[in-house]
Amino acid sequence: MTSPGFAKYAWVVAALPIASAGLTLFFGKRTPGRGWIYGVLTVGAGFVLSLLVLWHFVQGGGVYASSVDWFRVGPLRFEIGQYVDGLTAVMLIVVTTVSLCVHVYSIGYMHGDQRFTWFYVVLSIFTFAMLTVVVSDNLFQLLVGWEIMGICSYLLIGHWWEEHVNSSAAIKAFITTKTGDVPFLFGIFVLVVATGTTNIHQIGELVGAGDLSRGVVSAAALLLFGGAIGKSAQFPLHVWLPDAMQGPTPVSALIHAATMVAAGVYLVGRLFEVFVHADPWVLQVVGIVGGITALGAALLGLVQDDIKRVLAYSTISQLAYMVSLMSAGPAGRNAAFFHLFTHAFFKALLFLGSGAVIHAVHSNNMSEMGGLRKPMPITFWTFVIGSAALAGIPPLAGFWSKDELLASASKGHEVVFVVLLLTALVTAFYTTRMVMLTFFGEYRGHGHPHEAPASMTGPLVALAAGTVGVGFLGASFAHAVFFKWVFFEEPEAIRFVPWVAALSTGAALLGVLVGVAVYGRARERDPMLAMGPFTTLLVRKYFMDDLYMKGIVLPVRDKVSAFVYWTNQNVLDGIVNGAARLARWFSRGVNGFDRTVVDGAVNGVAQTAGFTGGLLRYLQSGNVQRYAALLFAGVVVLAVIFTRV
Amino acid sequence: MIRLPLVLFFSAVLFSAGVYGVLARRNAVLVLMSIELMLNAVNVNLIAFSQALHDLTGQAFALFVIAVAAAEVGIGLAIVILIYRNRETINIDEVNLLKW
Amino acid sequence: MSAQEYAFVVLALVGTVAAFRLVTARNVVHAALYLVVTLAMVGGVYLILAAEFVAWVQILIYVGAIVILFLFGLMLTKAPIGREALDNQQRGIALLVGLGVLAGLVFLIQNAFHWSDPKIQPIHVTTGALGESLFRQYVLPFEAVSFLLLAALIGAIVLSRKDERS
Repeated sequence: MTSPGFAKYAWVVAALPIASAGLTLFFGKRTPGRGWIYGVLTVGAGFVLSLLVLWHFVQGGGVYASSVDWFRVGPLRFEIGQYVDGLTAVMLIVVTTVSLCVHVYSIGYMHGDQRFTWFYVVLSIFTFAMLTVVVSDNLFQLLVGWEIMGICSYLLIGHWWEEHVNSSAAIKAFITTKTGDVPFLFGIFVLVVATGTTNIHQIGELVGAGDLSRGVVSAAALLLFGGAIGKSAQFPLHVWLPDAMQGPTPVSALIHAATMVAAGVYLVGRLFEVFVHADPWVLQVVGIVGGITALGAALLGLVQDDIKRVLAYSTISQLAYMVSLMSAGPAGRNAAFFHLFTHAFFKALLFLGSGAVIHAVHSNNMSEMGGLRKPMPITFWTFVIGSAALAGIPPLAGFWSKDELLASASKGHEVVFVVLLLTALVTAFYTTRMVMLTFFGEYRGHGHPHEAPASMTGPLVALAAGTVGVGFLGASFAHAVFFKWVFFEEPEAIRFVPWVAALSTGAALLGVLVGVAVYGRARERDPMLAMGPFTTLLVRKYFMDDLYMKGIVLPVRDKVSAFVYWTNQNVLDGIVNGAARLARWFSRGVNGFDRTVVDGAVNGVAQTAGFTGGLLRYLQSGNVQRYAALLFAGVVVLAVIFTRV
Repeated sequence: MIRLPLVLFFSAVLFSAGVYGVLARRNAVLVLMSIELMLNAVNVNLIAFSQALHDLTGQAFALFVIAVAAAEVGIGLAIVILIYRNRETINIDEVNLLKW
Repeated sequence: MSAQEYAFVVLALVGTVAAFRLVTARNVVHAALYLVVTLAMVGGVYLILAAEFVAWVQILIYVGAIVILFLFGLMLTKAPIGREALDNQQRGIALLVGLGVLAGLVFLIQNAFHWSDPKIQPIHVTTGALGESLFRQYVLPFEAVSFLLLAALIGAIVLSRKDERS
């Protein structure tokens, strides 16, 4: 095997944030600047190390895996280990880049926050968890990182928990993703029991060799996909992501755009052997879920006033793109990962940009924005770059990755292709709507907007540069080097299908034009909100929140918990009280027995002894001669007896 | 030529008289005297058997008994005098603090 | 009955009577004097039985010292002089026990020996031989008795000391 180079240090990237978490926790409050320096330095070092790891694969290096045994349960080995291939290197870049940008951005955005230091601690813990998921070589370690991410998401969404809205959103996010985690856990169980190992690579080999029955593999695939649905906010568990926007904008950028929500997609892609060898209808389910979510979420993005919600629905829609592409086989998988890579950059850029805007106008609502391109030029131009990438305008990143997606879908998955094409149209439309409402027209608010500080615009520029650059990694004329690093079983040569590219570009441009036309001039009311029942359907989010609330949450909270309470008070407490009463009655009996019989016996013995003593004491006359008399009499008797006998 | 049983009978009589005296007398000194009587009876017995069996042991032990008796009388009278000092009486009936 | 026997019987009778009077006398000094007679008679019996050394030790110590001790004791405890009842309440029991002891002893004697056998042939024992046996075979009891006498001596002094502290 060739020298592993820097690949064997991939785990260091994951371990570094633990140090910063600890340092920030213990020393953060005393450090000047209240502790951001630890996070920035460690993630920065991790970023550099990730580049070195990627360099190993750029040079054509091979996969590196290593592990240490943690403990054994019977024949099952639990280990801590890393599996470093091209995908891992790419994911490391994504996570460290976005995390670094968010760390730097938060210096300005969270300035003066009362829990500034704690924010950075949880950011570090989250970064550690996501990196663990990415480098782990076994399902158990992946699950550990997965769950830690869930906790950090809860903590960060509810960062300003004093407001009830924020804490409710955090709980909603946690419980909804948890609902997806249950099938995920069972999926892990099925796989581990069926294959006897937790190591992902070994599971892949066993499944690929056909050792497991199809039914088991399908069941495992579906269950694992449940976890992806929850974490990546796909239909029907997508309801938490828009509400998660209650958290600070840097959190939205890091967790709910670039990394955590991508973990679901990453999971499917990592365990792709399982999905490929399952029954074909499993992948069809994946595609259907992705397709529904993509179009549905894109439509929902049309009626949002809150700029972050637009971006949230956009994220759901883009993730659905990736998910539905997984259903298109190995080519789709690789394309999905490429889109994940590029999406991380421009979505984080858009979120951080929106954060700058929110910071300037002190409001999330686009109805209070407008004409911000003059006071905030840097924000404006970087935001435009990100939006263009999202809409899929060439030659930016979004174009290349979307093109890949559609190219893969076009072969034999026509329904998916059509849906995704439509979604591209809607995507371009709502993106343009967002840009027009925010940066063009007249300012509708009441404040004095100004450009963001350098700590916030710096990351914006960096991400914009990344957005422009990374797209080319998958472009055909740049030899599509990305697919040399990320592949399934074999590197694939990439195809550039011209008519697909033309269609996707056309859809994007159409959407942009419609958007400019509709929102180009100032209007009294947003036209999207004037479409009658269609608007109502969208505004009420297809009535899904109502369905969940009335159908699940309230019945459980009221009826079920009331029943449980009644059972507890009457049945359980009744049993306990009854046992207590029985014990008391019994103890009374024992007490009576003790007093009359036992004490009576003891007292009786004592009284008998006393009585006998009372009688015997008359022997004690005190008269020595009396004693002597008795003594002599006894001696005489004894003497006679002994000599006679 | 003395008949041994006669001597033994004499010893027995003396001893019984001593027993009666120990049990029946009120004065502590008289009780001590009765005890001496008993000891003498024992001595007679020892000497008689010593001569009957031609063994010196009896006479030797008779001497020991006399010595012990002397010691005992000394101590006994010391105690009696102490009791007299504390109680102004040496009637044994009246020394009965151990009475119930 | 030989001459020795006659002499013995005479001495024994006097001794017996004196003993009875000792335990029934109403005057303590009379009782002490009866004790003297009894002890002297016993000494005489020893002489008849050819135990001279013991006889003279008896006279010396018993009659000479112990009776004097008794008389001193009587004097120091203000013995009641005069005719008073000197017997306590359990005269009856005492008589019974005494008679019982006598009966028992007589029975034992009669069981072991007949009234006629055996006959003692007293042998003249020299004092020297007696002394030698004391210091040879019976040296341990001798030493023990020495300790006893020492203890008695010290004890008597300690007991009769006037307690200055209290």
